[in-house]
Amino acid sequence: MSEFVFLYRNELTGAPPASPEQMQQTMQKWMAWMKEMGEKGQLKNAGHPLERTGKVVKGKQKTVVDGPFAEAKDIIGGYSLVEANDIAQAVEISLGCPIFESGGMVEVRPVMKM
Amino acid sequence: MQLDEHLFRREAGRMVATLTRIFGVQNLTLAEDVVQDAFCRALEVWKFRGAPENPSAWLMATAKNRALDILRRERTALTFAPELTRWLESEWTLRPTVEEFFAPNAIKDDQLRMMFSCCHPRLPEEAQVALVLHILCGFSVDEIAGAFVSKHAAIEKRITRSKKVLAGSNRLFEIADEADFSARLPAVHRALYLLFNEGYHGASAESAVRVELCQEAMRLATLLFDHPLAATPATFALSAMMCLHAARLPARLDASGNLSALADQDRSRWNAKLIAEGRKLLGQSASGIELSEYHVEAAIAAIHAEAARVEETDWGQIIALYDTLMRLRPSPVVALNRAIAIAQRDGPERGLAEIRAIADVERLNAYPFYFAALGELELRSGHREIARAHFRAATKQARNAMERRFLEQRTDACEVQSSAGVPAGILRPRRLRQP
Repeated sequence: MSEFVFLYRNELTGAPPASPEQMQQTMQKWMAWMKEMGEKGQLKNAGHPLERTGKVVKGKQKTVVDGPFAEAKDIIGGYSLVEANDIAQAVEISLGCPIFESGGMVEVRPVMKM
Repeated sequence: MQLDEHLFRREAGRMVATLTRIFGVQNLTLAEDVVQDAFCRALEVWKFRGAPENPSAWLMATAKNRALDILRRERTALTFAPELTRWLESEWTLRPTVEEFFAPNAIKDDQLRMMFSCCHPRLPEEAQVALVLHILCGFSVDEIAGAFVSKHAAIEKRITRSKKVLAGSNRLFEIADEADFSARLPAVHRALYLLFNEGYHGASAESAVRVELCQEAMRLATLLFDHPLAATPATFALSAMMCLHAARLPARLDASGNLSALADQDRSRWNAKLIAEGRKLLGQSASGIELSEYHVEAAIAAIHAEAARVEETDWGQIIALYDTLMRLRPSPVVALNRAIAIAQRDGPERGLAEIRAIADVERLNAYPFYFAALGELELRSGHREIARAHFRAATKQARNAMERRFLEQRTDACEVQSSAGVPAGILRPRRLRQP
């Protein structure tokens, strides 16, 4: 078994905000997907959502700037830790993620083995 | 943890009502933004953590905290509800004041306040209904356009314009003022009645949408009971009517998903609980001297509910009630229904004569069931060709695929040889095809 991090990335679109009903439906799909991974023993850790705001500290000067999020085409909205046999299976698992319906993406990254 | 169906939509109405009470009606958009924000947070967090033990409380607390942030930050830039200013200005009173408004009873009153505010006399009735659906029921412009079979742009314009009127009215409707309250209450009844009817008879093809509109109207009507000034005989009568009609919804579509006329419905599928509830409410509505059109409509529905089979219907009493309704709120549609009831009691020729005598009958020219009624009565009188022409005209006016299918079947039924003397009830397709 290997571990993989799923990074959930959203493009910031100018689409009109979803209605309460649509948001509830989206959420129920996420909850169902997370539950399914959990029941199959694939979810090592559900992970966390990340705020859309933050700071970036960079360079030798250690300059602190507001996150590059305003200009970023896509930002990481959260992550989960998933267990799978190999990258192929990890990708297979990610296919069920509801993020694709809203034009987002999942970055599947193997955790380096030590 | 499984979420209640439509939880977000319902909470949207509760939160917007309460936040608008605090922010002031001129900041309605700000209240809507805070609600949207609360849902976004819920979406992000619950995705990973699952829904909390009490999702409504979580959403309310999130909205409340966000409101406190805004009240602190924007104190100098914005004017909030003027009567609350001095409580919101000081840190000593800010939190307790806001807490008070998020108490369950206060939220109920806020919804009522918003309901009355949406039924502003400067707004046409259809705008009031759209506004109630948008603000208090959390329907998006697209969802309302879908339910009313209107164009997105038309509904958007209607809602934007209505919101401007609402925001420009300086303050929310004051529900503590008895005289104002009683004066506005009929408009609120009317809006809820139209909302219910849009679901029950409306033009939308999607049956799920229609049921939801009926449910929303019933939910908002129950808010009225809890307020002493709103719990009037007309309120009980309106709710009775809604329950008795809603009881029939499960039977409106037959097993193959086709529209089923009242005379044809499988009455065992009527919701007995709603019928009992409707009867109880109708009893409560009889406490005063006031006789509203809702009393009469509820009474008609109660008579239908009493008949286990269509043949047992007390048509005489129904005709008498339609006579009363014609006095209270005359309309060509009421006159048509009265004529149909007369045909049931006295035969198709009498019914046709009554239809011909309707004043403003031309106002029914866009109403498919006007031509359908003519078709049924002509068919029962043995005039197949005339009947078929009427059904064709009705089919042209059909507002959705379901109505079209139903009316096409009736057109076809004019071809089939039916044995003479079959008591073909009005709008009773299957019986005619299977003599």
